[in-house]
Amino acid sequence: MTNQLNRRQFLTLSSSLMLLTIPVAANPPRPLDQPVTSQKRWGLLIDTSKCSTGCDACVNACHIDNGVTGHNRPATDAQWIRKVTVKDKQTQKVTSLPLMCQHCENPPCVDVCPTTASFKRADGIVLVDKHLCIGCRYCMMACPYKARSFIHEKVENQKPHVPRGMGTVEACNLCVKRVDEGKLPSCVEACKNAGHNAILFGDLRDANSEISQRLQKVSSAALRADMGLNPGVRYENL
Amino acid sequence: MKTSKKSIIYRELDGNLAFWTVIGVLGAVIAVGLGAAYYMEHHGHHVTGMSNQIVWGMPHIFAILLIVAASGALNVASVGTVFNKTLYKPMGRFSALMAATLLIGGLSILVLDLGRPDRLIVAMTSYNFKSIFAWNIILYNGFLALIIVYLWFMMERKMNAYYPYAGFAAFIWRLVLTTGTGSIFGFLVSRAAYDTAILAPLFISLSLSLGTAVFLMTLMAVSKISNRELGDAVVRRLSRLLGVFVALTFYFVVVYHLSNAYLAKETAFETFILFTGNPYPMLLWFGFGIVGTLLPLLLIYLPKFDRTPEFSLLSAFLVMLGAFCLLYVIIIGGQAFPLEIFPGKEVLESSFGDANKIHLYAPTIWEILLGFAGIGIALIAAFLASWVLPFFPETLADTAVDPHLKITT
Repeated sequence: MTNQLNRRQFLTLSSSLMLLTIPVAANPPRPLDQPVTSQKRWGLLIDTSKCSTGCDACVNACHIDNGVTGHNRPATDAQWIRKVTVKDKQTQKVTSLPLMCQHCENPPCVDVCPTTASFKRADGIVLVDKHLCIGCRYCMMACPYKARSFIHEKVENQKPHVPRGMGTVEACNLCVKRVDEGKLPSCVEACKNAGHNAILFGDLRDANSEISQRLQKVSSAALRADMGLNPGVRYENL
Repeated sequence: MKTSKKSIIYRELDGNLAFWTVIGVLGAVIAVGLGAAYYMEHHGHHVTGMSNQIVWGMPHIFAILLIVAASGALNVASVGTVFNKTLYKPMGRFSALMAATLLIGGLSILVLDLGRPDRLIVAMTSYNFKSIFAWNIILYNGFLALIIVYLWFMMERKMNAYYPYAGFAAFIWRLVLTTGTGSIFGFLVSRAAYDTAILAPLFISLSLSLGTAVFLMTLMAVSKISNRELGDAVVRRLSRLLGVFVALTFYFVVVYHLSNAYLAKETAFETFILFTGNPYPMLLWFGFGIVGTLLPLLLIYLPKFDRTPEFSLLSAFLVMLGAFCLLYVIIIGGQAFPLEIFPGKEVLESSFGDANKIHLYAPTIWEILLGFAGIGIALIAAFLASWVLPFFPETLADTAVDPHLKITT
């Protein structure tokens, strides 16, 4: 009966399996009776070398999960996340990457919003309070990443957890509801399911989190780092 | 000075046929504009030329034109009160009135263009004190309040002694207000066209030229409609003042572009706005440079033209056209130049227009009609107020305004 596990083997195997669950356990659901604190800062690390040109799994997942639908009018339809292909002017290296709200530590959209509709949650997620937004679009003028969209026409088939409305501004909310439930943002999960695993989500304040560990090892870049906004989204191999 | 003070009598405008015709036309313009605003709000902004790339469009050009003109329209009152120039004093009431109504017209456009104008109360109750936009809301309301006090002190005999203080406060406030308007753009760090402190003084200079031009045109129109005399020397003096302001605006625009062109990181934008990014270079060189600056200066300072009031009127109109072109270049051109999200890289593909060399904008009739409604609101308010209360002098003949005025004709 050599195939049967002895106690030592059982314990080794079970503790190894438990270790595998650590990355998931690093984002436990937040009890709804407890406030969001600044002890966490959620962020993304996007490895552009793993991001496939032509793949838009992250875009589709985001827009399906958040009920972001268009009217086939590219100039005015909302886009919470988009795929961009860039070429380095010096090296000619071509890179594909997803671009969304960069969830800045010093977000210009929050600074300029006259009504405090644009705000940053304690855990670093930049959001729009749909009840306070008057649709002045000043935040869209201020955002260096063109991450925000104005809702130019009536919205139908909204998701209950993502209120949207004509005449207001919206953007990637880092799937705040999923994050509070301990899940990964849609784009991260979709990228993983598509087999690319190019987007890593985690707590930037936790030195032991996978994202922090990786950020310590690899060189990464913040888009428009010159502006001193300290985005929560970083790009690797850009 | 004593003589001139005594000789000035203010009287309400007569409700003659010309007056009511003008009111009727303005009323129609406003009604059509409000209809357009309703259409935009009902269907959403996709019926306008504005998009997620060109976020602010024609309504904002009209609105800022009026708001900038508002602070500038106070020039005449300020020159009279603060700088104690006799010739300008009789026009002080109308100047302050125009400042208030132009501001109301401009703000009306801004509010009606909001995605949710029904939530205007939110802008009054939920304030972000770090936002220059929120600061401007305070500045606009404060300006209106100061103008009301200033007018009251000017028009109420018992309070006459205090009007210089109110006038001085309004003068300082208008400078701060236009600094705030310019800083709406100046504080935008992300866009190449903005992110510069010079936009604040540039807007102040523009308010001086545009405001004086709008005031001069309205003054001449009201004098004509109400059959009141307006002295050639008065017009000429205002026109000369306008010339100085036009040159000042030109100076700031030149410095703005020169300093940008000098910086390597801004050369792409300057090449775009000055040469390649049509229609913006055309609007800047021809619209602002030739039509809005050179021609008015020639009309104002060449002895051949400067003694004819009609040419003064034309020069003021051209200054306004030039200001419109300049604001179009600043507001639309500044957004038409794509954001530099990836410095050192060229965007090959994007579904959100990041690969565009220029973001296109074609305003629709609805936005333009809303803009004209704002002008209509500003003018109808000034006209009706002057019909109800004595804002306008019975005569602005040269001798009545200033007996010591040297008339060189």
